[in-house]
Amino acid sequence: MADILAVENLQKHFEYGGGLLRKPRLVRAVDGVSFSVREGETIGLVGESGCGKSTTGRLAMRLIDATAGSIRFAGADITRLGGRPLKTLRAQMQMIFQDPHSSLDPRMKVGDLIGEGLRLFPEIDAAARAGRIAEAMERVGLRPEHADRYPHEFSGGQRQRIGIARAIVMTPKLVVADEPVSALDVSIQAQVINLLERLRSDLGLSYLFISHDLGVVEHISDRIVVMYLGRVVEFADCRAIFRHPRHPYTKTLISAIPIPRFGVKRERIPLTGEVPSPLDPPSGCHFHPRCPFARERCRTETPPFRRLSDGHWIACHHPLED
Amino acid sequence: MARFWANKAGVAGLAIIVVCILVAIFAPLLAPHDPLAIDISLQGMEPSEAYPFGNDEFGRDILSRVIYGARISLGISLFSVIFSLGLGVVLGAVAGFYGRGIDNAIMRVMDATMAFPAILLAIAIVAAMGSNMFNVVIALGIVYVPRFARIIRGAVISLKTREFVEAAISLGASDVAIIFRHILPNCLAPLIVQATAGFAYAILAESSLSFLGLGAPPPAPSWGNILSESKDFMLDNPMMTVYPGLAITFAVLGFNLLGDALRDILDPRLK
Repeated sequence: MADILAVENLQKHFEYGGGLLRKPRLVRAVDGVSFSVREGETIGLVGESGCGKSTTGRLAMRLIDATAGSIRFAGADITRLGGRPLKTLRAQMQMIFQDPHSSLDPRMKVGDLIGEGLRLFPEIDAAARAGRIAEAMERVGLRPEHADRYPHEFSGGQRQRIGIARAIVMTPKLVVADEPVSALDVSIQAQVINLLERLRSDLGLSYLFISHDLGVVEHISDRIVVMYLGRVVEFADCRAIFRHPRHPYTKTLISAIPIPRFGVKRERIPLTGEVPSPLDPPSGCHFHPRCPFARERCRTETPPFRRLSDGHWIACHHPLED
Repeated sequence: MARFWANKAGVAGLAIIVVCILVAIFAPLLAPHDPLAIDISLQGMEPSEAYPFGNDEFGRDILSRVIYGARISLGISLFSVIFSLGLGVVLGAVAGFYGRGIDNAIMRVMDATMAFPAILLAIAIVAAMGSNMFNVVIALGIVYVPRFARIIRGAVISLKTREFVEAAISLGASDVAIIFRHILPNCLAPLIVQATAGFAYAILAESSLSFLGLGAPPPAPSWGNILSESKDFMLDNPMMTVYPGLAITFAVLGFNLLGDALRDILDPRLK
């Protein structure tokens, strides 16, 4: 399968603080991230809050500009694309946002919200637009006759469906879903996840699914990218990540998932310490101060992101045994 | 809307404003005399049956002048608020939306404008450009631009980080479309409140300018210059100053009551 999205050595540095006389400090929010999304595939992007996963998603969407690195969409380099071509491209990659309350303009009707992107294409007239809005609403399980209502008349789950309809009405190839269910009630989460999976097979979508909820990611993803402090630490098949994690960080993350069955206990590897400040990340491997297996080399030398075995990539000097 | 009608002070304010506007519109029907007609025999007369508010130094009917004054005072206020609202919204939205250098450039000019006492700046502008109604509108407009710009800038900065703005960008919407379709409609509440308060300020400022002889040029009656012309006769006929003063108080009170009520109603924290 061809790659729909491929990012390579993606970097985003933010300036923090600073003023007239003080030099701003540099935050490397995303620091050399590489991965790819194949057509029809779901990539799970996981990590603790502040690790740069949302920034990575927004970089891939070209919502913010990368400091360095490249983004390829369907084979074409889009890293520096601007103006009209970027607008046309945006129809093909859509985003679903985390908070269904702030992602919908409270002063717009649902139908106008969903159809907003279509307005940019003058060849789609009002009637065709209304048809596509109704179709998208039906696909996500909303009643098309509710297009005249305002977002505040809907529940959180329904509002997230509106957000999904807004994305799929553009007939995208890639959907970046930034924590699409974490703001929802657990009982609603499953419905929305199932809806996303059905849409993927019905419409041939690819997902970049950003989440901190490993249970959800395990369920929906084909492959998983694990990030820590702006870097990818492990990238492999979903099964490999969960059954045979090779990076100590991945292993501790997975060991922290609660198992909802009586009597079953997982061997838990407690993580000591706090997530270091991205303003002042540790030297060498960012994970070394919290890693139970860290050695001298981890302190001084940044581990390269390398291929361990077929389809299994890792950034660690001393990967765990299979 | 139902919340507004439940707010007695707001309804009272609205009623006062409506009365003022009706008086301004129907001034030719309401005024018993020509506001410009001079009659030396009536010079400085106390209130009488034919002239309920008395007559001024030229024997003109003060009631008619106060009624016609509503036209000029409200008219100048309206246009100056429109001027400062329009310019302030554009500058504030651009500053807030684009940030960084543009923001700094615009807002430092606004700060500099605000650093002058409002009435002093207006006097300076009118003095420099000449005293006529158009210049008074421009002067008052410029003075109040920073208030609108600041409010809009703040609202835009907080709104542009909301996900629906990001969603609009990801759909490919242009900056202009985002500002006009998503950001400004959501700024409407603070704008309405500020515009209402701006009316009250503008009426007062116009009166002050007229009182100082820099407002609407005589013989046209505005509440400020009626007050100004009558101040020399205050000891002989104090009522001459009371009527235009009451008109100013009445109108400003109306706008302030309405503004406060709207602020209470439109404040999302109170919902």
